[in-house]
Amino acid sequence: MSQASGEKDPFIGALGKIYAGYTGGFVVFVILLAILEQLGVPDRIIGYLFVFLTIGVYAYIGIISRTAVVSEYYVAGRRVPALYNGMATGSDWMSAASFIGMAGSLYALGYGGLAFILGWTGGYMLVAILLAPYLRKFGQYTVPDFLGARFGGNLARSIGVVVLITASFVYVVAQIVGVGIITQRFLDVSFTLAVFLGLAGILVCSMLGGMRAVTWTQVAQYIILIIAYLIPAILMSVKISGVPIPQLMYGIALERIEGLEAAFRAAGQTPPPGVTAFHTAPFVGANGQFSLSAAVNFFALVFCLMVGTAALPHILMRYFTTPSVREARQSVAWSLFFIFLLYFTAPAYAAFAKVEIYQNIIGQPIASLPDWIRNWQIMSPYGVPWINIVDANRDGILQWGEFRIHPDVVVLATPEIAGLPYVIAGLVAAGGLAAALSTADGLLLALANALSHDVYYKMIDRNAPTARRLVISRVLLVIVAILAAWTAGNMGADILFLVAWAFSIAAAGLFAALVMGVWYKKTTNAAACWGMAIGYIATFGYLIHTEFFGLYFMELFGNRDAILAAARQTANAATASAEVKAYAASLVANAANVKDGALAWFGNIWGPQLATDSALLRGRVVGRLWGINNISGGIIGVPLSFLTIWLVSKFTQAPSQAMQDFIDDIRIPKGGVRLADRREAVE
Amino acid sequence: MPLVEEGRAPESATAPAVDPATAREYWKKTSGLMWTVLGIWAFFSFVIHFFAPALNPIHVLGFPLGFWFAAQGSLVAFVVGLFWFAKRQNEIDEEFGVQED
Repeated sequence: MSQASGEKDPFIGALGKIYAGYTGGFVVFVILLAILEQLGVPDRIIGYLFVFLTIGVYAYIGIISRTAVVSEYYVAGRRVPALYNGMATGSDWMSAASFIGMAGSLYALGYGGLAFILGWTGGYMLVAILLAPYLRKFGQYTVPDFLGARFGGNLARSIGVVVLITASFVYVVAQIVGVGIITQRFLDVSFTLAVFLGLAGILVCSMLGGMRAVTWTQVAQYIILIIAYLIPAILMSVKISGVPIPQLMYGIALERIEGLEAAFRAAGQTPPPGVTAFHTAPFVGANGQFSLSAAVNFFALVFCLMVGTAALPHILMRYFTTPSVREARQSVAWSLFFIFLLYFTAPAYAAFAKVEIYQNIIGQPIASLPDWIRNWQIMSPYGVPWINIVDANRDGILQWGEFRIHPDVVVLATPEIAGLPYVIAGLVAAGGLAAALSTADGLLLALANALSHDVYYKMIDRNAPTARRLVISRVLLVIVAILAAWTAGNMGADILFLVAWAFSIAAAGLFAALVMGVWYKKTTNAAACWGMAIGYIATFGYLIHTEFFGLYFMELFGNRDAILAAARQTANAATASAEVKAYAASLVANAANVKDGALAWFGNIWGPQLATDSALLRGRVVGRLWGINNISGGIIGVPLSFLTIWLVSKFTQAPSQAMQDFIDDIRIPKGGVRLADRREAVE
Repeated sequence: MPLVEEGRAPESATAPAVDPATAREYWKKTSGLMWTVLGIWAFFSFVIHFFAPALNPIHVLGFPLGFWFAAQGSLVAFVVGLFWFAKRQNEIDEEFGVQED
């Protein structure tokens, strides 16, 4: 066994007791609130108690874990046991998107949404077999540390930092939006104020104690989030099937959904925009027939999310905290287990909520809808109410297509939908908050560490004293957090869409270089730098180009019909400027002069079924190369990055003997690491 | 909770931990395991879901089988697969005597 866990550390030894006591305390707290609710304490007070008391506990852990030791600050002293690191990784990983957004996406997309379930679990296999043990053996502080040591210093390190910052920043903004949504609903404050309140909760956990504080709060947050996710699902399962095992019983709900959908369709109704009419059918278009494009999109998304999982620095750096290589491997398995507990339940959540809504809400007179619907008919930051009742045919009865629920609300509103007491709704909010806060903490730490350790210490001032490094790290943490909150407060964007971007960016920028660095000895410095840069630029450029300049993207890659279709869509795009609209109108007016785009041959290389087209999404005309949604943008960048690294390695001089020794050492658990460049050592 | 402790400084080394021949054999076996697990990964991530439309008419406990694999079956395989991998890799480490001391 390793040295760290071999020593009798009283704190590590007592962890089991500490967290068991904590879990018991939380359960008592929930029961107490349930009693208070029965005694007539108003809902609002219950909501306040949940939000403030849980944040208070995290803050307490954050404060008692404060540290002034560099290795504690960056890697929690490398003594986090595999099991606890697994839990911490679980909550680091499961974000607002997983907790709040995922069941909602499954509700809307049916089978198509399962790409998120698969993609966000399977990636851990890649982490375990390709990266985590070797990065742990290398044993420094950050992912760019590895890139710097393996690929000859600051150029590789800088590119790694750029990718890390882009991916993590996009991701953290999505988390802060999540915190804002929950705080807004349960504290009844404006969205912008809610964002900044949530920010305070995030900072107090991570600022004083760095990785060490974040680790122990994340374990605490995991316990709350998993309890909060499982209890409503269990109660729903009891309500609908009579058996408290939702994961086993939602088959019944799926069958009922299929029946109800068929009945709605038979009555000539259509589903609301964005919701599938065939919940369980794989790879179908709106008409229920097989769609090649749907299948390609499904697998592309699964691939990007998996590879992204294995490249996101805030996850990889969690495995730097285990005492040994062996525990790093074990820890990945535990991480996946703890994540699995939630993901395994999410499809049940979605199915139960859907049955409840299809059975008991659709078809009712609009005037007599239950109270919870009114509670959620408040404005969302996306510019539409969370639940939007649109009586399109003015008959006073709620039809299938007239009940529009934002995906992010499904989980938060489920307890109310099922008629469970308010204390359960509060519990879910506390869980969602724990999920968003823990991920935001991990991401902010990854960002601040990259800036303070990799940029400031490694590249600007090699001789900076420890105290100054830690102060700079904390100041940067606060600055990055405020920037992210400012961005979140000013942007209305779907959580899942932003998160999936982060995965594609990390996947295309980092994955190939990290994997080839360990598994392909001949990878040269130049090859890795080119590979990272090309993967990153291709993917990030593609995302920006298709998302914000969709019409121009189509003019390049689309054929004549696709360009005209995009131009027509522009007229309905809420966010398009007047100039763009005028330009699109001129295209439509002069349709006879419009020609195929210069690269239309490339955009249509797979034939008409996978032609490049565009869709009206998020108020924009979004281009889709080969019909693939841009959330799977990494599908282009990842192979490109691998190819570049392999090709350039063929034509550049092979790595030195010292570098080959270094690779030999990180491949073997035993012994030390012979660094090719001594200056790359951290202490 | 103790507030300030020294963390362990990363080891630095001047000599390889095992002789090159053992290292080569070890890496061969480790790579073999990696490819095996990568195969399992690819099967449960992609291959099985190609057949989702064909599996879906089969219902078990109400679950269409194709849907069940994407929602739960593959996940179970991932978790079991990873614990198996960790165990197997430990055995390989011990076989070649390269485990941490």
